[in-house]
Amino acid sequence: MSELILATRNLRKNFGALAATDDVSIDLRAGEIHAIIGPNGAGKSTLIAQICGGLRPDSGSVHLLGRDVTQDSTQARAQAGLGRTFQISALAMEDSVLENVVLGALGASGNPWRFWSRALSDTSLTAKAEAALERVGLIEQRHTRCAELSHGQRRQLEVAVALTLSPKAFVMDEPMAGLGAEGSKLLTGFLDQLRAEAPILLVEHDMDAVFALADRISVLVYGQVIASGTVEEIKSSRAVREAYLGEEA
Amino acid sequence: MIPERLVNWVVFAGLLAVPLWAIVVDEPFTITLVTRAVILAIAAVGLNIALGIGGLVSLGHAVFFGLGGYAMGILAYHAQTYTSLDLFGMSLAGTKSMPIIWLVAVVMSALAAWIIGLLSLRTSGVYFIMITLAFGQMFYYFAISWSTYGGEDGLSIYVRNGFPGLNTLVPIQFFGLCFVLLCIVLFLNARLQNAPFGLALNAARQVPTRVETVGLNPMRLKLVAFVISGAITGLAGALFADLNRFVSPTMFSWQLSGELIVLIIIGGVGRLYGPVVGACLFVALEHWLGALTEFWHIYLGLILLAIVLFARGGIIGLLTGKEGAHV
Repeated sequence: MSELILATRNLRKNFGALAATDDVSIDLRAGEIHAIIGPNGAGKSTLIAQICGGLRPDSGSVHLLGRDVTQDSTQARAQAGLGRTFQISALAMEDSVLENVVLGALGASGNPWRFWSRALSDTSLTAKAEAALERVGLIEQRHTRCAELSHGQRRQLEVAVALTLSPKAFVMDEPMAGLGAEGSKLLTGFLDQLRAEAPILLVEHDMDAVFALADRISVLVYGQVIASGTVEEIKSSRAVREAYLGEEA
Repeated sequence: MIPERLVNWVVFAGLLAVPLWAIVVDEPFTITLVTRAVILAIAAVGLNIALGIGGLVSLGHAVFFGLGGYAMGILAYHAQTYTSLDLFGMSLAGTKSMPIIWLVAVVMSALAAWIIGLLSLRTSGVYFIMITLAFGQMFYYFAISWSTYGGEDGLSIYVRNGFPGLNTLVPIQFFGLCFVLLCIVLFLNARLQNAPFGLALNAARQVPTRVETVGLNPMRLKLVAFVISGAITGLAGALFADLNRFVSPTMFSWQLSGELIVLIIIGGVGRLYGPVVGACLFVALEHWLGALTEFWHIYLGLILLAIVLFARGGIIGLLTGKEGAHV
């Protein structure tokens, strides 16, 4: 099997009596797209938050490139190579598209303590930023204010910011959310290529995209992984159909 | 609508022209008024870095203004009384030299801003406002009870401190000094705003989670902004004390912190020249309306109300037709 990039081991998180994450162990290996699906309230966002560092698990651990990062801050995990996109776009709305991506490049450079030079004249930052915009097809909009972008373009920008970090693993929280059929198809094609660069942990509701992209799927219900396997295995799993795909077996 | 650059140049030219005109018509008091506006503008430019770019609504910037004032007051007091300043077992001499006083004011305010920032940046929103206010009050009451340096009565400094090669008692020369400092501070602000630090800080105000996920620490960015901000306001405090040749606990008062915020809002939050426009208008109103009625703050309040309700971008936003500072 190929190299293990990102993993959780026996992750648990309780909110009062509710087990939001219940003994979750998942793997993300080089070159693959591992999709996490599950109904609303299954604990997908809680899981993502623990992987990316916004939330500390009650027990269990998170490993990135073989290193235990459970106690690391969000920014330490980002520096270690975790690239994240948000379900609800987290972008600086007042700033231009280019400025948003330059922020990513600045994060990758690790040195924001420059008070004198113009950020947008620093070619080491802008070259990286523009390359990322080129890849997601937003280069024409680079001077547009982020607030003026369409919903779909904001999703693209989310991905572009993550690209500037040249991450070792992507964690994408519903990148297709709110995209039209066309946009969804474009992004699917893009992610399909991206997996060769770094594996993707993909939380997604769009089943067409998941079935088209995923090498493996894990199904999360009430905080537990009830099934994990290839697309075919998941499609034919009785438990999954009952719990999630909404078919009475 | 008028381009922002033009508005800035007009304000800049106006600030220079009025005192020069005042020399011609021999109105030294007008020069003092404009100097007052310039010094308040420096203080507010400092606050604007924390407030406008970093989104840190500090109701405690009077701490730095006051520290700058007392740095001047204490050093000059020891110089004029020929007494030594005993600190940590060292016996230091006072000084009447502005550059040294400024340095002490900037270092002291930066240090205070670092400590206050470390403690208060753990909170945000209204809690941040309250903690900074609490620090302000602590310094205020400390100054009132510090009888060595005049307590509630404050300290009078009889002769304005000196600057090599200038006679600072001549109003226009002191104005020139303050004006050059304002220019330097504005230039620093402009560079900082467009630099990588400014870009990251600006993002930290809008989406701190994003800044974290690209591997940067929004807290640390805000702390550094707060320190720079406090240092600049501290410098203004030293100048203000020198303008009045007097320093008192009112420099630490929360009203002063509030006024700094008010004049930024009137001018335009996050705009380079917002604090300058606000300070000029504030001093003008204080002078003209203050002569008519003791209750001139009512009119200031009405203007503030109108701006908050109808012109969120402040006067600069109104003139340039752009509401946001970063459009």
